[in-house]
Amino acid sequence: MSALPEPGIVIVGASLAGLRGAEALRLRGYTGPLDIVGDEPHPPYDRPPLSKHVLAGELAPDATALPNLVPLRANWHLGVAATGLDREARTLRLADGRALAYRRLLIATGAQARPWPGPERAALSGVFTLRGRDDAAALRAVLAKGPRHVLIVGGGLIGCEAASCCRDLGIDVTLVDPNPTPLARSLGTFVGGVVAGLLERSGVDFRPGAHVELLEGDSFGGFRRAHLRGGETIEAEVAIVALGAVRSTGWLAGAGLMADAGGLTCDGACRALAADGTPCEDIYAAGDVARWPNPIYSGRLISVEHWGNAVEQAGHAARNMLAAPDDQEPYAHLPAFWSSQFGINIKAVGLSEGADSVAIVQGSRAARRFLAVYGRAGRSIAAVSFDEARWLPAYAEQIRAGRPFPPIRDATDQARIEIHAPGFPPRRSEPAAREIVDA
Amino acid sequence: MRVVVDLNRCQGYAQCCYAAPESFVLRGHEILFYDPAPPAAKRGEIARAVQACPVRAISVEGLDAVTSPEVETGS
Repeated sequence: MSALPEPGIVIVGASLAGLRGAEALRLRGYTGPLDIVGDEPHPPYDRPPLSKHVLAGELAPDATALPNLVPLRANWHLGVAATGLDREARTLRLADGRALAYRRLLIATGAQARPWPGPERAALSGVFTLRGRDDAAALRAVLAKGPRHVLIVGGGLIGCEAASCCRDLGIDVTLVDPNPTPLARSLGTFVGGVVAGLLERSGVDFRPGAHVELLEGDSFGGFRRAHLRGGETIEAEVAIVALGAVRSTGWLAGAGLMADAGGLTCDGACRALAADGTPCEDIYAAGDVARWPNPIYSGRLISVEHWGNAVEQAGHAARNMLAAPDDQEPYAHLPAFWSSQFGINIKAVGLSEGADSVAIVQGSRAARRFLAVYGRAGRSIAAVSFDEARWLPAYAEQIRAGRPFPPIRDATDQARIEIHAPGFPPRRSEPAAREIVDA
Repeated sequence: MRVVVDLNRCQGYAQCCYAAPESFVLRGHEILFYDPAPPAAKRGEIARAVQACPVRAISVEGLDAVTSPEVETGS
């Protein structure tokens, strides 16, 4: 009787985390079979340029393909979504009906743009979300035709970057956000006020505290205007819905894992947790989709939707996937992100959520060149720089070590430190997290 | 070639912009704009940019095809 080939490692998700995870496995000496499954037809590509240079027309959408830094010898299954997971049989079900057996599984399915609530309106032509390469290509094609007016719903990073691009293209923009300033959830209104100033200076019609209630279409199924709460309407040819992301965990329904729209819960070593809370020794997760107890923030369960985490967590998960069950290292990560908009480079480290104070420790808000540190209960927890990136690593070190707030008091060129309220909006009432359990 | 820059790591020292001026450009004070798919003819410049980066933020696929300066300047 001939033995069946031993199943190898399967990676679900062919974006940054999936690619870097695969590379880390090979670099660490894994020589067995490697299968990579991705729902998009494209090989791994870089997302950050999509909402900047691709929208601006400076980069073709396909130029963003990621470098493959290690020979992978992988079987790629692109354009095929994973549709289910059978943990007992250790197989992954694919949309084309095939099943892939695994010895170890890395889940790196990421997240998807939160759609406009109401599929009919979301499907109007002229209504876009911006997450993948095809989204960016489609939106770029429309912007290149020179629409008169673009409505952007949501003043987060993607909404602000899109607004910046549209203004560079000479297109009128209205940006609607329920909070008093843009980026209020990630940076608070004290710092967000600087971004509001950038919007104003570049001629964006910013509507703080406003809510879009309805996207109205014409008889041809095209977007025509938006209705705001209170009755006002905004005429536009294009609406960009930038309401954040939901984690891609729907395909795990029935798998008996602790997963919902907020992510797949893992233990500290990136192993997925079964619904009863025990870690699965053969299933790991990394990148946007993973939610894990981060030791840097007292073991708080967090998921980090940023580039640096996809790279680092995938590498860490790969390490643990190849290690013995009693040699699983916990994953500690200081979140970081960058954005460029309105000619300014914004970089941040740490988790600002829950901050009770903020201080400008370098530069000034008036000059739009500064570094701000966030504190919580006397500890430094996060920092953001506007065109002051070289100061950031020193503060990142202080934050990682949980130093007192404010952390550095005698730096060169430092003005007198004043402490302010960061101005975070109240937590939004999320639809109750849906636990996916066995049907 | 395929290029990606870790922009968390990048501190805007702009050494890549001197080494490969057609592939890396600094905008404003510190926004790095780069070509993620530079032509093969730029291989030598890109290799110098990788070496010149003080924070080692640049990763490239396809650099190893350079085996000698002759190959680099050849057709």
